Amino acid sequence: MSYDTTIDTIDQETQEAIDIDRTKGDFSYPEKHKYDAGVGLSEDTINYISDVKNDPDWVRAFRLKAYETFLSKPMPTNWATEDLNNIHFDKIRYYLADGQKPMRNWEDVPPEVLETFERLGVPEQERAFLAGVEAQYDSETAYSSVKEELEKDGVIFVNSTEGLKEHEEVFRPWFGKVIPTGDNKFSALNSAVFSGGSFIYIPKGLKVKHPLQAYFRINSENFGQFERTLIIADEGAEVMYMEGCTAPKFESTTLHSAVVELVAMKGAKIQYVTVQNWSSNVFNLVTKRGIAHEDAEVRWIDCNIGSRLTMKYPGVVMKGERARGEVISIALANSGQHQDTGAKMIHAANNTTSNVVSKSISVGEGRATYRGQVLIPKHLKGCKNNTECDALMINATSKTDTYPAITVRGNQHVTQHEASVSQVSQEMLFYMQQRGISEAAAMSLAVNGFINDLVSEFPMEYSVELKRLIELEMEGSVG
Amino acid sequence: MSTTIAQMNILETQPQTASDLPEWFVALQQQAWQEFLNAPMPSRKDEVWRFGNLKQLDFDGFSDEKNTEIKYSIPTLPEGVICLPFAEALKQHGDLVKEHFMKAEARLGSAKFAALHKARVKSGLFVYVPDGVRVEKPIEVSHVIAGNKEAIFPHTLIITGKNSEVSVLDRFSSANEDDAGLCIAFNDLIAGDGSKLTYCAVQELNLNSRMIQVNATTVGRDAHAVAFTLNTGSQWARNESLSLLNAEGAHSDMLSCSIPAGTQQYDQRTYQHHAAPHTNSDLLYKNTLFGTSKTVFSGLILVDEGAHYTDAYQTCRNLMMEDTTEANSMPGLEINADQVKCSHGSTAASISDEEIFYLQARGIGPQQARRLIAKGFSVEAVERMRNERLEEVVIEAIDRKFSSIR
Repeated sequence: MSYDTTIDTIDQETQEAIDIDRTKGDFSYPEKHKYDAGVGLSEDTINYISDVKNDPDWVRAFRLKAYETFLSKPMPTNWATEDLNNIHFDKIRYYLADGQKPMRNWEDVPPEVLETFERLGVPEQERAFLAGVEAQYDSETAYSSVKEELEKDGVIFVNSTEGLKEHEEVFRPWFGKVIPTGDNKFSALNSAVFSGGSFIYIPKGLKVKHPLQAYFRINSENFGQFERTLIIADEGAEVMYMEGCTAPKFESTTLHSAVVELVAMKGAKIQYVTVQNWSSNVFNLVTKRGIAHEDAEVRWIDCNIGSRLTMKYPGVVMKGERARGEVISIALANSGQHQDTGAKMIHAANNTTSNVVSKSISVGEGRATYRGQVLIPKHLKGCKNNTECDALMINATSKTDTYPAITVRGNQHVTQHEASVSQVSQEMLFYMQQRGISEAAAMSLAVNGFINDLVSEFPMEYSVELKRLIELEMEGSVG
Repeated sequence: MSTTIAQMNILETQPQTASDLPEWFVALQQQAWQEFLNAPMPSRKDEVWRFGNLKQLDFDGFSDEKNTEIKYSIPTLPEGVICLPFAEALKQHGDLVKEHFMKAEARLGSAKFAALHKARVKSGLFVYVPDGVRVEKPIEVSHVIAGNKEAIFPHTLIITGKNSEVSVLDRFSSANEDDAGLCIAFNDLIAGDGSKLTYCAVQELNLNSRMIQVNATTVGRDAHAVAFTLNTGSQWARNESLSLLNAEGAHSDMLSCSIPAGTQQYDQRTYQHHAAPHTNSDLLYKNTLFGTSKTVFSGLILVDEGAHYTDAYQTCRNLMMEDTTEANSMPGLEINADQVKCSHGSTAASISDEEIFYLQARGIGPQQARRLIAKGFSVEAVERMRNERLEEVVIEAIDRKFSSIR
């Protein structure tokens, strides 16, 4: 017993620090929005957004058309959870902003916004290891900056509004091409009311050494955030993009519905890292897809810890020969959460390879779902797919599902899919407890061991954070 | 009946239950006919029809006026065993039939056609094995569809008492190569506590025919059920197999071999439902695809809340023999309990050059080498039946199929 008490005291010492961290995202400031599109969605809402943003005509037309598509599309409840019916589109506020252009210096950012991001540690991380940062507060980008030398090399890192206005010649050809408006109901919604998000262009042959980061923050209640990100890596370019997100815990639900399009030209490589830690009343319904041209590589490294319901299936269309697509996914579903995540791998050229590794953990009454699609169409040769999905269930009330769909045409391919479901074995816990590790700490160790090989795929700074987040979420789940 | 054979249509003409059958059955068939008329046709939006070919569901113009020939080959049965044609069983053992006939909900997509089957069924097999009795040799039934645009609705109902054992073989074939036939078959397998029930279906319909086969297995305490299906015939076949494990120690083996060639399409949906703790199910589906054939496999393991200590496995393997074949797999899991061991796996690949080379180096021609490997691939599932006679019948059918390809 004496072992246990020692460990408990050590735990208590770190407890305070941890407690502060746990509620790190759970605060909000009073709203002072200059522009507010009001509650509910209609053509007027969309015109209002277009007016405020001073959209070019083609963007306004794009939005209005998308709105029609949104109305005509049914909710995908024939296969997805009924919880989607709890989203009330008429009770959401679709646009809240101060109307300011993004600031290039943190000093120019409004004090409460600056304070928000400082509490979240964004400027600090920027100084430490980032090549560029964009910080979005409700609908608009508050701060956006990229290191000078990158700007000189021709890197564009701005928000979507600036992208479509000032870099139309690069932006427009790919905008909405990877994910068409009508892809699903939520991509249509995003296309109608999108605001914020990043536009990134990396010129030919440039390998950006440090990651670029975006931070998405929801501050207002009953709000819907609809950022739109487009990243283009030109021939031979390389970039890593990271996004983080938090929101305070409000009484009512919040909607986050982003569209992220990636374009990797010949030989380019894009890595997109997400650490999603929305509060537990956010509906997180995101469409993410990348196109990989010849010899290019698109990697989605995706970690979902927060939100009430996440539905996210990052995809890669392997359009050129020898293109590679990869999805690394970690999901942790605690009580009251449903993490419905997965991957979509579309092989569209010879000798393309894709890899999906998904690990999910269900705690308490949480539900983790893997949903995937692999398509290898006719007349292709030498395509390979590997899919692995493992689920770990902590409590008797935890739930997990797996729904893959694999289509292979032709006999010159190799696909394999494997899934397993397991618990942390009593023997393992007993072994550790025997050596003086408390049951909770043993469980935490076992869980970290389960996801360890995937955590190492995240950049160093994130993987440390991630392990801690997971430890926190696991706390109190045993005994 | 005033309608002539030419006007008779299984989708429009209300079925007439034979007057000598029990009243409850007459009422049941009438009710089922209404259910059939009211049930919606499956649509593109139905997840259980994803990748499926809805065009194959047009059964217009089929009639079921003729009495199809059913051959029964029944071994010497121990005392107490009931083995009768379905209609005969309704007359003599109506209560037993009533208790078990089509109690499972057809939840894998063919509810409408299950209702049609219920409304039109008049033939099939009924087997009841009393407690502690073992039937050594398989009971064999052969259904032959004769006549163009002829439909049959055979029903197989097998009930095993405590610690009993029985095996049944159902064969489906066509009278000739050309007549378009339709077979909507249903089998209810009720394995009583501690019993062993083996069911084997061999489908060799001609290439103009279609088949819907629905299997519903209920496995009792410490019982062991084996359901095997071989598909080599028909232009299109849909198999729905549902296994309910509702008592501790229940074990279910769900097995299948399919060898489509040409333009054949097989659509298979399975459901392993673990409703009690300490239950075990093991599924192995093997598809060998030739020509421009296509297979769909969609499986789900559902572990109910409280069904702890479940072991459930699901494997679907596709051997792609030609570049023009297509395999779709949707292996699914839904786990709501703790202390569960579950896995599923799905693969699609062709025979590797090394394997062919190995056999060629031993003097076996490439064509024969490929056939040998393909056969070995199928046999793995066949052997799991552990029943000599049934394995022999299935392997003969597999050989027949292989020899018909090129």
